[in-house]
Amino acid sequence: MVPLSYYLVLSGFLFACGVAGFLIKRNIITIFMSIELMLNGVNLSFVAFAAHWHVLAGQVFVFFVMVVAAAEAAVGLAIIIAVFRTRETLNVDQVNLLKL
Amino acid sequence: MALPIWLFILASVIKSAIVLGVLLTAVAYTVWLERKVVGHMQNRWGPTRVGPFGLLQPAADGLKFLFKEDLTPPHVYKPLFIAAPLIAVIFALTSISVIPFGNSVMIAGYSIPLQITDVNTGLLLILGVTSIGVYGVALAGWSSNNKYSLLGGLRASAQMVSYEIALGLSLVGVLIMSGSFSLRDIVQAQQGHFWGFIPRWNIFHGQFIGFFCYLMAAYAETNRIPFDLPEAETELVAGYHTEYSAMKFAMFFMAEYANMITVACLATLLFFGGWNGPLFGPPLLQALLPVFWFGAKIFAFLFLYIWVRGTLPRFRYDQLMAFGWKFLLPLALVNLIATAIAVAW
Amino acid sequence: MSVHLILFLAFGAICVAGAVNLLAQTHPINSALSLIAVMAALAGEYLLLGAEFVAAVQVIVYAGAIMVLFVFTIMLLNAGVEERTKGSRVAVLFGIPGMLLGSILVGWVVLRHSGTEAVAAGALPGDPKVIGQLLFHEFLLPFEITSVLILIAIMGAVVLASKPPTAPARKVD
Repeated sequence: MVPLSYYLVLSGFLFACGVAGFLIKRNIITIFMSIELMLNGVNLSFVAFAAHWHVLAGQVFVFFVMVVAAAEAAVGLAIIIAVFRTRETLNVDQVNLLKL
Repeated sequence: MALPIWLFILASVIKSAIVLGVLLTAVAYTVWLERKVVGHMQNRWGPTRVGPFGLLQPAADGLKFLFKEDLTPPHVYKPLFIAAPLIAVIFALTSISVIPFGNSVMIAGYSIPLQITDVNTGLLLILGVTSIGVYGVALAGWSSNNKYSLLGGLRASAQMVSYEIALGLSLVGVLIMSGSFSLRDIVQAQQGHFWGFIPRWNIFHGQFIGFFCYLMAAYAETNRIPFDLPEAETELVAGYHTEYSAMKFAMFFMAEYANMITVACLATLLFFGGWNGPLFGPPLLQALLPVFWFGAKIFAFLFLYIWVRGTLPRFRYDQLMAFGWKFLLPLALVNLIATAIAVAW
Repeated sequence: MSVHLILFLAFGAICVAGAVNLLAQTHPINSALSLIAVMAALAGEYLLLGAEFVAAVQVIVYAGAIMVLFVFTIMLLNAGVEERTKGSRVAVLFGIPGMLLGSILVGWVVLRHSGTEAVAAGALPGDPKVIGQLLFHEFLLPFEITSVLILIAIMGAVVLASKPPTAPARKVD
């Protein structure tokens, strides 16, 4: 029997890794993947709580999170491709034409 | 009687070993069957020299692959270059673990199902393994550091991802009629006869369009003619397996034929009644006859695969993608809606 | 040490290793493959919690479609090893210890105050039939809205990623 808190700690760690990757990495695709890692961490805590309180709505919500993540990944990657066509780079530090 | 845990593990290990052995032999002899059948269609003999009727040809081919020089070109991305054929083969062989071959047999008082594992979501597991199998192709094409491989790999994986949708939707019609994802339940829902002699297979029970969609989508998923542009020699040298030689190439080959066999098994289970067939004779024969009927139906499907390969030309890539998205997907949706309406009434 | 705990720790170790590897690798394709490993291990965790449909959808949709999209983009754009800038060095210097400190703090609080309520293996069986009934009865409106959302995303992605129309070539007289 695994305590609920173990699942929450794992979920929190995955979320923290996602945040760290989002802030540290400079390649736009890796930043995007850190966002997906954050979403996965949150999914785990949804399913863990659904199992703890015996409410199936948690699992249904995970389904919706995955659908939204798919839509966001598709549009985000299309934007990345469009940016790459004009700026020729995937490094976020170099997409800074609007900077003062 | 329910099995004690140690006996369950022992039975699972024995079943896995038997199924793996049979599957790998079947893969080798499907290659032999293809060469013979395509040869006869082209009015020539096919392999005849090694053993009677060329039956030892797969053994000779295996030895050849073992002894060939395994060349790794210098500029490839080595970890993925070595991992990609492994991924392809592992996931091609994994989906056989939920396929039931027959009813349960009684051995020493215990009822052992003829299936390595019967999960509630067996069909979803096969779809999931098919989705992961795309990585073998994509990573092989990219890691080879070769423009033909990259283009072939991208084309092949885009084709596989596109036809997965039509594949999944064509199976939902069967699911609506059976009410369960478990493959054993789907086969058991097809027992019995209509009007005394037409078997209650799903294909006679209204899923003919579903079967057609499934067959087309499966031919595209396994990259076989008429959908094999990504690996055609005249097109892209050899597509994603250009830079592979010896054992790694043999692994891609094995993965392709194992996928063919899985597709044939699924078509049998979902549309043709699985192991249901006329039973006669003493009880021992009756326990083994379902496996025989299952094998016979799979053989018919493999023959159909090879027949289509010997007969049809291949589609151009844009025709292939247009067929998948603009014809097969709407057809599968229409099948789904029609089945849902028919079942609701 | 029940089998449940051992399996949880095994899958959890793969998740943690994959997440750390995603941060540590410099080439995006290695990060993508680590993320796929994390997703596969998470599917195993979902199975331990009894969510079979969610685990299957995680493998089919997340690891089998979304990550294929990522891998395609990395291959097409030929993203090379990423470079280290001043900003990223500062972020690593302050960020990694900060993140570790934060996670340890939160983890300690959670573990200390949570008591021993345990989640049994396969606690809430989420088989497709029950989830389907929920999706089409209580959650019908979100279901239909997300399907419209996906349609919008398809149209947006196709428009954004298509090549801009080039001017027709002028014929030389």
